[in-house]
Amino acid sequence: MAQPQSAHQPLMEAKDLTRILPAVVPVTLVEDINFSVGASEFVAITGPSGSGKSSLLYLLGLLDRPTKGEVLIGGQRTHELSKAELANLRLKRLGFVFQFHFLLPEFTALDNVMIPMQKLGTLSSKDQEVHAGGLLSDLGLGDFLHRRPDQLSGGQRQRVAVARALANSPDLILADEPTGSLDSVATEQVFETLQSIVDDQKTTVVAVTHDMDIAGRMQRRIHLVDGKIDYDREQ
Amino acid sequence: MILQFRIAATHVRNRLRQTIVSTLGVALGVGFSIAMAGLMEGSQRDFMFKLIDAIPHVEIKDEQRHPAPQPASRVYDAVAFHGLRPLEDLRGIRNPTEALASLRDWVDGNLAQRLSGQAVLRYSGQDVGMTLIGVLPKQELLVSKIGEDIRQGSFEELGITANGLVLGDKVAERLGAGLGDTVTLTSANSVAKRFKIVGLFHTGITTSDEGLAYAPLKAVQILLEKPDIINSITIRLTNLDQSNAVALRAERQLGFKAISWEEANEGLMEAFFVRNVIMYTAVGAILVVAGFGIFNIISTIVHEKARDIAILKSLGFPEGDIQLIFVLEGLVIGILGALAGSILGFGLSNYLATIKFEVTTDIEMTRLPIYFSYTHYVLASFLALISAGVAGFIPARKAAALNPVDIIRGAA
Repeated sequence: MAQPQSAHQPLMEAKDLTRILPAVVPVTLVEDINFSVGASEFVAITGPSGSGKSSLLYLLGLLDRPTKGEVLIGGQRTHELSKAELANLRLKRLGFVFQFHFLLPEFTALDNVMIPMQKLGTLSSKDQEVHAGGLLSDLGLGDFLHRRPDQLSGGQRQRVAVARALANSPDLILADEPTGSLDSVATEQVFETLQSIVDDQKTTVVAVTHDMDIAGRMQRRIHLVDGKIDYDREQ
Repeated sequence: MILQFRIAATHVRNRLRQTIVSTLGVALGVGFSIAMAGLMEGSQRDFMFKLIDAIPHVEIKDEQRHPAPQPASRVYDAVAFHGLRPLEDLRGIRNPTEALASLRDWVDGNLAQRLSGQAVLRYSGQDVGMTLIGVLPKQELLVSKIGEDIRQGSFEELGITANGLVLGDKVAERLGAGLGDTVTLTSANSVAKRFKIVGLFHTGITTSDEGLAYAPLKAVQILLEKPDIINSITIRLTNLDQSNAVALRAERQLGFKAISWEEANEGLMEAFFVRNVIMYTAVGAILVVAGFGIFNIISTIVHEKARDIAILKSLGFPEGDIQLIFVLEGLVIGILGALAGSILGFGLSNYLATIKFEVTTDIEMTRLPIYFSYTHYVLASFLALISAGVAGFIPARKAAALNPVDIIRGAA
């Protein structure tokens, strides 16, 4: 469930975030990233290939640990949390959408959306099914509940992935090139879906994209170059 | 747990062919283990049953467990003796009636007295060395199965024929003697006495059938010049497990060496123990091999499902859950294998139990002795599950340690 944020407390904050891959010649993915995101924001992270967009998203999503700096979620410092505590935070407060839908192939659309709810375990089985069905219907997939990913189109799969990201009503959805593998029609459908999440459900969406047209339609854009913020502006 | 189990079950179901092969591997391991354990324990029990039936549960002999100390050693700390010879003493349990009465007070079972010794049996110019046992036939029949081994005549006849003799059929055949014939027995002290053959027995044990004879106690006491003396008391207990305790107490009470059947066959018990260790090692080895099959399939699934692992981690599944999923996959195969193996083992055991052997020797084994015990099923299944759990745990640990970012980057 989305938790209320105080007026002065950002939903998510990146402080001096740096990630260096250890190697014979260490590779700096991102360096000294500082920004914060509030409630109901629709933020685009843009930049050329290799600028560190996805790396930044993985750090924000607590899938990767920074070499320096830290990420705060709702004011909670995360760099001292154990792997299990980070997983729990992801389960309750974050939702992910990846470029390639990343649905579990053996499970139906309904099952895929229900899995995070089953893991959280706050709803009864019946309520989980009703909630998952509702999310999929809202995204126009009411007729495809019992289809497996291989029986859905690319756009439909990505919308199932969005529904799954929304399953536990997170504060923040992190999307990595959510339209990167879609045609123009499906891209528009997915963008509209994410926009409606921000507008209707007041959930914050941070999306990495290289599609300047899509990025231009978002509320705010953070542009990276060589792992550093080039600019961060409202649009 | 239910969710993790569902995911695990889906994974193994989607690799049906490999799952069936791995399950069959475990099932064969469990099945053959059960059949082998049943056969081994069956043969052991069969042998033990025959052995225990043939010997007394406790035997009190006219011996001391430790030799009596020399008088000088009681006075001096260290004494060396040279050329000493113990005093001449007529060995034996004197006043057997009193000894038996004192045992009957507390021993739960039947008791019999015996006087045994060596004698030479002579018939038609042939001499054969024999072990002669003097018994009270009614008592003896309660403590031994000799009555069941009688082939001709009767053992009870010893009670009514003062010079009756019951001997093994092999020795009778060798001498050409038969029922009703009179033979001469001569003791070590050259006392000779004539006996009439009133029974022939066949135990299947060659040494007994060729060199053992029973006669009335009184007659043997006369022959061996040991009036009113016996040299052993044999006990057949109601509860076999009491044999060690009864032997210990009887020895303390009478002062004579009392040996339980377990002590008498200590070497045999050790041999059985070693045999069981070998058997369970072989069973364990079979199941370890089956474990490699499980390890192979779970490793393959982990490799194939790397992307799913990344998805689950991004959704908020901790490492413990990922590990659990793959351990459960191993256990699912292990459980299916154990169930199928138990059925196979039961069928195999039943089949083996029906196999008959045509044996022409005196050893009367007509079919394989199979012992059915749920312990074999539990043990084989337990070992299979341990093997499956370990086989699942190793790749599961690897799966849990996968970095989701590496996988997501790889997929992109």
